[in-house]
Amino acid sequence: MKCKDFLNELNDFLDGSLDPKLKAELEDHLVWCHHCYVVCDTTKKTIQIYRENDVYELPDPIRERLQTAIMQKCKAKQKSE
Amino acid sequence: METIENKVTGDTGEELALVLSARGGDINAFERLLKKYDRNVFRIAQHITQNREDAEDVVQDAFLKAYEKLDQFQGNSKFYTWLVRIAVNEALMKLRKRKSDKTVSMDDEVETEDGTLTREFADWDPNPEQRYQQSELGDILGKTIQGLPAGFRTVFVLRDVEGLSTEETAETLGLSVPAVKSRLLRARLQLRERLSKFFKKAKGGDRPK
Repeated sequence: MKCKDFLNELNDFLDGSLDPKLKAELEDHLVWCHHCYVVCDTTKKTIQIYRENDVYELPDPIRERLQTAIMQKCKAKQKSE
Repeated sequence: METIENKVTGDTGEELALVLSARGGDINAFERLLKKYDRNVFRIAQHITQNREDAEDVVQDAFLKAYEKLDQFQGNSKFYTWLVRIAVNEALMKLRKRKSDKTVSMDDEVETEDGTLTREFADWDPNPEQRYQQSELGDILGKTIQGLPAGFRTVFVLRDVEGLSTEETAETLGLSVPAVKSRLLRARLQLRERLSKFFKKAKGGDRPK
């Protein structure tokens, strides 16, 4: 397996959706190819960091204001029907 | 190397019951759906529009549209996926308006890659994000993802942050499964490449400048 082939399968490898034979080949490649090991490990960390740290949190006061506005409009629509 | 667990997005049976009640006129049921998903819709909208005011508008418009069109919800996809599809469309419309550019689409800038997907091979610390204060980290992550083309960051956010499946992401964005996979790979690798600057192991143990 070449590094390019490894990269093509990286998504499915990280998502755990590969068939066992191909997965074993990729794991074998990682044993001796440090570049691919680093790419794989740091891509996984990239995903985890974005998943665990909420970049755009909706602050409670704004959230409440939006909820109130939305529900008022929904109620108005319900009455007009 | 272990794989990444997906976020689970709700109990579909309970959710369908809420949708049916809301459709039947129970406004409290709709309010529960709103409170369950408003944070997610805001996050997706802010990622796409990169504008706070627009993202707040998208939350309002998307939920109102969902409320109006509840009778059109078929139940063959999850309510959440259906809602996200509405929100993504609203957000893309805002983005086009803001950029006064009618050409913003999921196909943006996909062909501008020079073919080199990886250049950075430095290892990171086991928990590299702990080097930074929470606000500083938020800034780094926000600015880094802002630099991706809209089509890439939307796929990344839906698939990796919100935990939609590849098929759901494809359905939501009107893309083929291979197109989602290709954009996702490029988005993941570009983010990794850009974050390396902040997270790679420093020589001599110092924090990198």
